[in-house]
Amino acid sequence: MSKITSLADLKRIKEEVQSKIKLRENSDNPEQLVQIKVGMATCGIASGAKEILKYFVEELEQQAVDAIVTQTGCMGYCYAEPTVEVILPNSEPVVFGFVNKHKAEEIIDTYIKKGKLIDGIIPITFKTIDE
Amino acid sequence: MADYRMHILICGGTGCKASESNGIKEKLNYFISEFDLEDEVQVVLTGCFGFCEKGPIVKVLPDNTFYTEVKPADAEDIVKEHIIKGRPLKRLLYKNPKNDYAVTSANNIDFYKKQIRIALRNCGFINPENIEEYIGRDGYQALGKCLTEFTPVETISEIKESGLRGRGGGGFPTGLKWEITRNVTADKKYVVCNADEGDPGAFMDRSILEGDPHSVIEAMAICGYCIGSDTGLVYIRAEYPLAIERLKIAINQAEEYGLLGDNILGTGFSFKIELRYGAGAFVCGEETALIHSMEGLRGEPTVKPPFPSVSGYMGKPTNVNNVETFANIPVILNKGAGWFNKIGTEKSKGTKVFALAGKINNVGLIEVPMGTTLREVIYDIGGGTKDGKEFKSVQTAGPSGGCLTKKFLDTPIDYENLVAAGSMMGSGGMIVMDEDDCMVSIAKFYLEFTLEESCGKCSPCRIGNKRLHEILDKITQGNGDLEDIERLKVLSNVIKDTSLCGLGQSSPNPVLSTIANFEDEYLAHVLEGKCPAGQCKSLVHYVINEELCNGCTLCFRNCPVGAITGERRVAHFIDQSLCIKCGVCFEKCKFNAIRVN
Repeated sequence: MSKITSLADLKRIKEEVQSKIKLRENSDNPEQLVQIKVGMATCGIASGAKEILKYFVEELEQQAVDAIVTQTGCMGYCYAEPTVEVILPNSEPVVFGFVNKHKAEEIIDTYIKKGKLIDGIIPITFKTIDE
Repeated sequence: MADYRMHILICGGTGCKASESNGIKEKLNYFISEFDLEDEVQVVLTGCFGFCEKGPIVKVLPDNTFYTEVKPADAEDIVKEHIIKGRPLKRLLYKNPKNDYAVTSANNIDFYKKQIRIALRNCGFINPENIEEYIGRDGYQALGKCLTEFTPVETISEIKESGLRGRGGGGFPTGLKWEITRNVTADKKYVVCNADEGDPGAFMDRSILEGDPHSVIEAMAICGYCIGSDTGLVYIRAEYPLAIERLKIAINQAEEYGLLGDNILGTGFSFKIELRYGAGAFVCGEETALIHSMEGLRGEPTVKPPFPSVSGYMGKPTNVNNVETFANIPVILNKGAGWFNKIGTEKSKGTKVFALAGKINNVGLIEVPMGTTLREVIYDIGGGTKDGKEFKSVQTAGPSGGCLTKKFLDTPIDYENLVAAGSMMGSGGMIVMDEDDCMVSIAKFYLEFTLEESCGKCSPCRIGNKRLHEILDKITQGNGDLEDIERLKVLSNVIKDTSLCGLGQSSPNPVLSTIANFEDEYLAHVLEGKCPAGQCKSLVHYVINEELCNGCTLCFRNCPVGAITGERRVAHFIDQSLCIKCGVCFEKCKFNAIRVN
């Protein structure tokens, strides 16, 4: 490590390292951010959910969209795996089925960035204990 | 390299380390590499999360899952279930004690809801051994800003405007202290960080140094710039090995990055920091005693003035601030005095860190805005008293403070209010007592501590405290009389008025405040020969209620001195002349047949 010799240097390093802990900053206020949950039960993993999860993490990072990407357990839509739940700030959760890379791209471009609904939404058929 | 998609934060404070948090880290890393997740998941050892009662704590991000009382053996399940399949482990989640529901996100835990973390902002958030994570959290920005954009005078006026006061106990305005030291002309000046945390049960300074050492280093450098000093000294007790280790790593990293040393950020300002170790004497928390100890002399206080700001270490102007005070500085300069002075009360700005201990459910480290009430701290954050026992008193500021009763529960905490209530802020120890605690014994306990820690230089403290202790001992033995209570009061006031330093001036506080708030307990001891809490062994005796005793012989078999006699199925009897009042029979009896009188 060479020495930091000016305030501009320090600021540059800050920007560089900030992304490494951004995930921790975001975790403190999830409701203000886009939350994406990828179904990663056995059925999901078998249908390639892991690839999709990775794609979301990398793509959102590259496009500089502040989002929290997590995995979740089986949502019950095993026929439609991989499934992805997207919660935009102040919106109801929406679940997409049969998500491949192409669909994931569409979700990011159209739903997450522009807020427009797209095909492939699985209607929610149950109530949670919070309701 | 793509960024990690998950971070697992493990508490690496002294408390959790003692409960094998290192082992948890090793096991997690082992299973993470087993399942080829090294590129996706990062495991970080951080500073204290504060929730020590439930340690070791493991936090999984980004879903903010908060695991408590984790063992190394749980690592496999965390990786297999949570990391791979996204199913948080229910058995490790924190359970809300009110309804027993598992709480999934740390945001929903009552313990954290009323807290504002300024001094503890990075504890439990960053890896304290990695300077880059500190820089990523605005670290060293305040130093950079001061050195390039502000003059020392401007910086000091910002600190003054923020209203920050010393967090070590006295509450002296920090900006004013800096200004006084700055205005003294000398060829050499020193910045000293007082990390000699001595109150029993207080560990806020240790946790800050363990969890966020760079914030103290940065603030010391800023202080050096403001007062015109190129040397900082941290006086830290040798019994804080982890804090010392982390501080050393941090100083080395700061030097490597050019944030300490010569010509910092090309501004021509130079600053270095050295450590000085204390042997753990309470009196060395007093600044003049601390300075003498650093000089290699006996840790004895001297009369002020001259204040250290004028003549301190090696006779040079020295600015002494406490760890927590320093930890506030970078935030104040980054966010502005106007942001800081909106938090808190009229005369006490910002937040205060408290170490909760004693008979309270959530033992741990908390940070709340000044003006929060004792009730909020004890009940909302601390979760109330243990085992549903009745709250009796809360002791603030350790051996220098007083015991406050129920009637003070709704008092907003700040410097002035605590003094008005007969206690003080101190460094932030908060010990909760319940109905089982005898207040005379508590006063005696603190006096014992003061007796041991008194340096012996001035007679009021050396002899006066000894006499106080003798009178208290006499009362707990059941030999006291009414005049003794009066004698305690008079002597206490003399000691307060005539002692040389803060130790003696505050040592009678526990006595005076317990007499003021719990006079009935003193009277019960001296007039009726009774200890209402049943703690003073000389005053209690154990008797067997013949109606409830069914002669199971359990007490008879467990009595270590053979004081209990009786036949099977016939009520037993305790011979008071043989009984040593150990209380074993009371604990063993399954029929509540043994009474404490």
